[in-house]
Amino acid sequence: MMQSTQHIATPPARSAVFWLLLAFTLCVAAFLIVPVILSVLTGLTNNQFVGLSSGLTLKWVFKVWQDYQSSIWLSLQIALACLCLTTLLGVPLAYVLSRSQGAFARSIEELLMLPVAIPGLATALALIVTYGAVGDFRTHWTFILVGHVLFTLPFMVRSVLAVMQSVDMHTLEEGARSLGAGFWQRFVTIVLPNCRSGILAGALMVVTLSIGEFNMSLLLHTPFTQTLPVGLADAYASLRIEVGSAYTIVFLIMIIPLLIALQWMASSSKKNKP
Amino acid sequence: MRQQDHWKLIALLLPGAIFFIAFFAIPLAKLFVIGGTGALGWSAYTSVLTDSRYLKSMLATISLSLIVTLLTLAIAGVAGVFLARQEFAGKALLTAMLTLPLAFPGVVIGFMVIMLGGRQGLVPAVTQHLFEQPWVFAYSMVGLLVGYVYFSIPRTILTVMAAAEKLDPQLIEAARSLGAGPWHLVKDVIVPALKPALLAAGAICFATSMGAFGTAFTLATKINVLPMIIYTEFTLSANMAMAAALSFVLGLITWAALAFARNLTGSSVPAAA
Repeated sequence: MMQSTQHIATPPARSAVFWLLLAFTLCVAAFLIVPVILSVLTGLTNNQFVGLSSGLTLKWVFKVWQDYQSSIWLSLQIALACLCLTTLLGVPLAYVLSRSQGAFARSIEELLMLPVAIPGLATALALIVTYGAVGDFRTHWTFILVGHVLFTLPFMVRSVLAVMQSVDMHTLEEGARSLGAGFWQRFVTIVLPNCRSGILAGALMVVTLSIGEFNMSLLLHTPFTQTLPVGLADAYASLRIEVGSAYTIVFLIMIIPLLIALQWMASSSKKNKP
Repeated sequence: MRQQDHWKLIALLLPGAIFFIAFFAIPLAKLFVIGGTGALGWSAYTSVLTDSRYLKSMLATISLSLIVTLLTLAIAGVAGVFLARQEFAGKALLTAMLTLPLAFPGVVIGFMVIMLGGRQGLVPAVTQHLFEQPWVFAYSMVGLLVGYVYFSIPRTILTVMAAAEKLDPQLIEAARSLGAGPWHLVKDVIVPALKPALLAAGAICFATSMGAFGTAFTLATKINVLPMIIYTEFTLSANMAMAAALSFVLGLITWAALAFARNLTGSSVPAAA
């Protein structure tokens, strides 16, 4: 509705203010995009100091793949395990929250948000002082996984809860109940299928955040469990700029499809709303 | 029937609750206790105010975060309102470009700042060409400022756009027909209507800048923002108690800022720096 009124209201000639604001917005976009382009180009250049005239090459990307492959696989492994755990823990939590009201639901939500609200440094230190000396847990990849689950769980819960609140789950369940469906049958056949879109959106968010998580991972990791962002920081600090850039390319290739999918989901859910 | 459901709901809540208590509530309580076991005892928690090194770092972190917040709100506010209120060819692409870095982690943002203002970066090359003097800003507070603004712009633009799209077009038409010029329109109609969204986005921006770590880690170890001090206490000095106390205090500050944002809008999506 708003779009149609704007179409009518749009004057044929743009004012000077419009062009000024457009130029400003383009500058902001350039500020965000130019470094990304520069880093991609640097990662593909033979010698950054000489410039693009030294020729394009994939040798730095291959070098990164050779040296840091394990960190890439580990990050994917943690992200997928994190997705499984946040789904298993988060969807039931969201359902409980959707069925309870008032102070109880609010305080649970508030508590769940805490690992996101406080810096990852604090959470990581807390995990280290509590579980750092328990068996081989400290050097196992699941030590990082625990941190990632804490950090991403609220995003899954919120995404699923939003969908549960927007479809009239109560009426659907009431119908199923009157036909004789028990609690668990309703949960599996009515609730879960109806919040698919929320689980999918939450899943994209969880995987994106887990792959990029650094604050906790830097403290939680050990030489045997180096994740992608930790490897990135290592490459930035100690290797030539072409290698750091090539590593960034690898990261962008992994993360940008996820971001585009997230944006697409957000815009399509906006359109579906009445 | 309801009563039966009650127990089943508790059963559904249980796995999540056990995970949360075991891996978050208990560790955090332990962190708090350890914060009081150092050489300073419980006064470690007040040393942020009494020890000049920590106080200086705390003040630097707070001022940096405030400047980042104001800059981001100004930039993202203008661009966000513009995008929400105007239709033009290529708008979708421009919006996508502005929100692309949304999930870049702090380390990558730090590298983007190096691309712009590092020793081999763009701005030093251009300033060298123009003024015969390269301006390298990446490895200082300025670099950190640029990085945090870079990090905060996409998220804030999204918040501002969502709020500006809900602005009543009739309100603006009414103000226009009453003779309000563009400046008065912004000052008296648009900014007041967006105030809750701006405050909430600002609080999130502030909290992320306070707790962010990856960008500072990539740029330099000499930037003494509080998260860097905590990391140094933990790794180099192996002063676990001090690191615990400082990170607890920092967590209280970021949590309070985000709670403030949540009370304003009923929801907040904190960022992951």
